[in-house]
Parts: sequence; structure tokens; C-alpha cells
Amino acid sequence: MLTNKRLIAAHFWLAFIVFGAALVLGAWQMFVRSPLNTWHFNPEFYYRSVTAHGSAMGYVFPTLIAMGFGYAITEASLAKALVGRRWAWAGFFLVAIGAVVAMIPVSLGLASVLYTFYPPMVGNPFYYIGVVMVVVGSWIWVALMVINFVIWKRDNPGKPVPLAMYANVAGCLLWGWTAVGAALEILFLILPVALGLKSTIDAGLARVFFSWTLHAIVYFWLIPTYIAYYTIFPRAIGGRLYSDAMARISFIMFVVVAMPIGVHHLFADPQVGAGFKFMHSVFTGLVALPTLLTVFTICASAEIASRLRGGRGAFGWIGALPWSNPIMLATALSLVMLGFGGAGGLINMSYQLDATVHNTQWITGHFHLIFGGAIVIMYFAIAYDLWPHLTGRALDSFGMMCTQLWLWFIGMIVTTFPWHYVGILGMPRRMAYYDYANPAISPQALSVTMSAIGGFILLLSGLLFLLVLIRGQFGARGEAGAYRFAVPLHMPARIPLALNSFGLWLALMVGLTVVNYGFPIAQLMALNETSVPAVYVGAGR
Amino acid sequence: MATETDHGPGEAVAARIERRWATLSIVIVGVLVGMAAYIGIHQATMPQGRVETADPKTLHLSGEFIESNLGSEMQADGSVTVRAIGQQYSFTPQCIVVPAETPITFRATSADVVHGFLIEGTNINTMLVPGYVTDLPVRFKTPGDHVMPCQEFCGIGHQGMWGKVKVVDKSKFRDMAAAKRRLTCVD
Repeated sequence: MLTNKRLIAAHFWLAFIVFGAALVLGAWQMFVRSPLNTWHFNPEFYYRSVTAHGSAMGYVFPTLIAMGFGYAITEASLAKALVGRRWAWAGFFLVAIGAVVAMIPVSLGLASVLYTFYPPMVGNPFYYIGVVMVVVGSWIWVALMVINFVIWKRDNPGKPVPLAMYANVAGCLLWGWTAVGAALEILFLILPVALGLKSTIDAGLARVFFSWTLHAIVYFWLIPTYIAYYTIFPRAIGGRLYSDAMARISFIMFVVVAMPIGVHHLFADPQVGAGFKFMHSVFTGLVALPTLLTVFTICASAEIASRLRGGRGAFGWIGALPWSNPIMLATALSLVMLGFGGAGGLINMSYQLDATVHNTQWITGHFHLIFGGAIVIMYFAIAYDLWPHLTGRALDSFGMMCTQLWLWFIGMIVTTFPWHYVGILGMPRRMAYYDYANPAISPQALSVTMSAIGGFILLLSGLLFLLVLIRGQFGARGEAGAYRFAVPLHMPARIPLALNSFGLWLALMVGLTVVNYGFPIAQLMALNETSVPAVYVGAGR
Repeated sequence: MATETDHGPGEAVAARIERRWATLSIVIVGVLVGMAAYIGIHQATMPQGRVETADPKTLHLSGEFIESNLGSEMQADGSVTVRAIGQQYSFTPQCIVVPAETPITFRATSADVVHGFLIEGTNINTMLVPGYVTDLPVRFKTPGDHVMPCQEFCGIGHQGMWGKVKVVDKSKFRDMAAAKRRLTCVD
């Protein structure tokens, strides 16, 4: 039973408002940089927009979803009211105020440094302070989730923690630790320079710190989606979860190996040696494992549901699945995008293949397909599933929901497939415009136009999504009952201690980070004369 | 759906199938990682081995990146070293000339913020981080012209930062190198 409905709904609504605004910016960016735009514009507006789009979509939107969903999971799966309600609201307002504080300098053009910061370029200090506030707000959530987890375990000795809560806490621990990298970068390297206390910065070291956050943050975005796969999807289609233990192992693997792999973002950088690049490449391969396990478990769970509904045959059962159910549709489309995106990720993981696509549009296509596609479409599904429980009203526009999900899928494919293609041709990313009259670039024009059209389809889908939610606020009143999670096919009588706690996994997470990051960071800190003069952005205004 | 009597065997089957899939997954990942390691060692496509530094404040005053030392240089062993710098929003030299079918080493750094370059139509792709030297061995198969954009956001003029690479015939390059020590496209 959800008691703090307003708290949860506030997180989801703010998340989706931020998402809607950032989506408009994204579609505009797709348009202005494409051959469809024949008019001149100030390229500085483009980089402002990219900074706002990235910061909102990367730092604010998924964080609020994870927080709101985390509170819902705590109350529904532990069957008790959240401990620390006031703190939760404090966290929410920190995130909300932080987002505004960060966006003011960005919209004024005082911090067009993109959400990945790029020192030695340094923008207005309030941008970084705003981002820190967002992170600190989310850390309050991390602390609350851990506290609720510990209290429940104390009150229920020996009982298995419900899978949804276990996975939720895994995501919290992952985020709590992974955010430390960017926090160190901002607090010790960037902010002193932004505030004018120092005028030089070690760009290489800053990039290493940021890579600590940059990859595992993706798994933080992914965890709510995986929780939905494991604990919402089988229940929503009338089936059972294939395996509870394998689900726990998958989440544990994310906690342990998501962190020490970030240097794969620095394969082409001169400030990290070959040995550690290889180590991080290997660990990046390992992180494919939990996804492979998940795909199996979810497909097997779907088969169970289908056979319960009378599905027959080796493949015939696929047709018997409840395809008009939005959760079914969203999960299937999500898995297709995860498949393509994951295959692209395995390509990026290898140093040799990465050299062909590094910093090209391939990468932009890759993370939009994985995050914007596979992950965000499940955020929609979570909202659709949870909404009646938050509003106390029916959400029954199923046709609209399915149309919206199809449009999102089609839009994402039309956007990202041409993006991957021009990336292979060598089109660099993060550029405000291209000279399509140049014979070396003109073959890429058609693909960029297709991507822009995909962007408009995504915008349409996003608006439709908001419309469904708004209609849900005015639907017919009806009690949705208790919010339930999927039950495993074979409920384990007892669970090994390792799959019911985090002590060992936390130690491994921190230990592996120290092993894989300790030396590169120590080496760069020991190197003299690598601090370079800061270049202030927007200083002339 | 499982009844109480067939609960046991069903569970065992489920666990066995799951174990098989987990083994297959581990094999898939193992093969991919092994392939990357094998190619890295046997085809020498590994990242830069060591970390070198260069102070952007004094690049123009001393060291290997002074202006008169930038460009393509023929070495005694027949290989070519290309020295270049990136700055907001251009490369120096803006057009690099290199011979085909010759081992070439790019040595480059940044004079201000983070830049990068990729050479379209090849898999040459690297970062320029101020304070550090990028050292990249490459080889071009055939003569031709390539565009060389900066691929890392470097400020509001980033979209204008496009260099060029002109790959010329080996013998032509040797003639050019006989006349001048450091070559660019304008020579």
C-alpha cells in the first residue's frame, strides 16, 4: 500500500516535466544541425541547448525517476510506510532547486560546457553548484533507502528481502559510490577555478575522475528499467518471474563491475596508459553478463505467461502474449532496443573497434538507443503501471498508450540507426552545424535529415505520453488495490546470505574501484606541471 | 502451471536451463574479450603505452612543439613524424601532408582546451588533452584527401574546426622532403 502518494507523484511529475522540456530542446537541436535548416543561427545557442538537454536528461530526469520509484518500491514491497518522509521531501526540493540553479547560468549562456563539463573550459560556478545540489539531494534518497532496508531486515530476521527492494538498494549503492567521481572533480578541481580561487586545472585528471561517474551512471539509469523487467513485467502479463536468484545475481554484478570500467571512455586519451585501458576493457565485457542473464530470464518469464494463457509451439507462444497490454509492448520494444544498443556497446568496448567510432555520431546514436530507447520506454511503462495507484483514478486509454510506445520505438530507431551510420562514415559529434556543400560531408546529409525526422516523431510521442498522464489525473475514480510485484515461479524457501545482503559486494565494489582507478589517479596527481590555464566560458558577457 | 507433485523436477529443469545459458553467456563474453586481447597483441593495435607531458603555456617557446618544428618530418629510417597542435578553433598545420605506404607517427597536443581529431575514411581517431602528448602510430594505404574534424567539444567555434590531410605518393613526398625539413600542404 502506498502511503506517501504525493511524494512519489511529485518526483514523477517533476521528472516528466523536465523530460518534456529537454525533449523539445533535443528535437530543436536535431533540426538546426540538419540540412532541413537552411537559415543561419548562432552556434552558441546550440551548445547552450546541448548543455541543458544533457544536464536535464542525464542528471535530473533519471535521478527523479529512480528516487520516486525507489520510494514506491520501499512502501509497496516492504508493506510499510517510508521512514524519513521529511528527509525525502528535503531531497526532492534539493534536486528541484539544484536543477533551477544550474539551468539559469546555462540558459544565459554562461556555462555552455555541456553536461560532461570539459575542463579546462570553466563556466559559471552556479552551474556546478546546481549539479552538486541535485547529487546531494539524490544522496539523501540513497541514505533513506539504505535505512529502510536495514530497519526491515532488523525487524524480519532471516526473511529474504523482496527482490524489488533488494534491486532498488543495489541501484542506490551503485549511485552513491559512482557519483563520488564527478563530485571530486567538481569540488576539488572545477569549483575552485570557477570561483576564481585558482586559475589552473589538470584536464587529464579531471577526465579520469569524470569517467569514474560517466559509465556507472548509465547503470544507475538502467536499474529502474531492470527492476521493471523483473518485478512488474511478469505480473502485468499474468505470469511468474522465472528465477529470483538469477535476478539478484544480475543486480549484484551491476554493483560490482559497473564501476571499474569507466576508462573505456578514455581509450583515445593520452593521460592513461595502455595497461589500465586494457583492464577496463575486460571489465566492460563482464558488464554484458548481467544483461545477457536478464534477457534470458525475462524472455523465459514471458514464455511462462504465454503458456499459462494457452500459447503453444516453439515460437507460437509469442503470438499468444497480451500484445495490447502497454507493459507487454513496452518491455518487448525495450528489449529490441537493448539488443541493438548492447551489440553497439560490445563494439565500443574493444579498443580496436572503438578507434573507428570514438567521438563520432555512432556514440550519440548508441547512448540514445540504450538510454533514450531501452531505458526511457520502461520509465513510461513504470509510470503507466504506477499511475492508478498514485492518482486513485483509472488509467484506461490503452490504445493511446500503445500508440505512444510504438511512436517512441519507431522514432528512436529512425533517429539512431542513421546516427550510427554517419558515425561509421566519421561524422564528429557535438557540432552545431556541418558544411553539407563540402563533397566530403555531403553523403552524410540524407542520414542527418532522417535522424531529424526521427527526432520529431520522438517529440510527438513524448507529448502524447504527457497527455496520457494528464488524462489519468482526471479519469474515473477507482481504488487500484495494493501495488504488487511479480512472484517467482519457484519461491526459494531460503536465500543464501550473499544474495540477501550487500556487505561483500560493497567491499568488492570499492576494492575494484581502488584497483582500477587508484594507480591512474595517483600517477596523474604525482605528475608535475600538468595543470593548465583555465579557459572561462561566457566570460565576455 | 506446476502442481505440488511436479514442482521438484520442474525446478530442477529450470535451474539446468538457466545454468546452461549462464555458461553460454560467460563463453560469449570470454571470446569477445579474448579476441580484443589477441588482436591488440598480434596486430599491435594497442593504446599509447606511456604518459608524456607538455606544458601548453610554453609550447611556443621551447620543446618539440615550437612553430618551426610543426609539420611532417622525414626520419633517417624512412618513417615520418607529424607534429601538430590543436587550439580554439584550428589545427597547426591546418593541412597535413603525409606519404602513402609509410609508417607515420603523429605527435600532437593542445595549446588550450581539450580537442581531438579523427581522419574520415580511416580509423585514425585520438584526443588532444592540454598538458599531455598524444603519440599515435598510423599508416595510410593510398594517396587521397581526407577531412580531419576536431571531434571533441572545444567551445562555441567547435563546428568550424576542420583540418585536412593530404596523402601523397611516397616518391613525391621524398622529393618534397629533400627541399624542406618540415612539410605541410603549402610546400
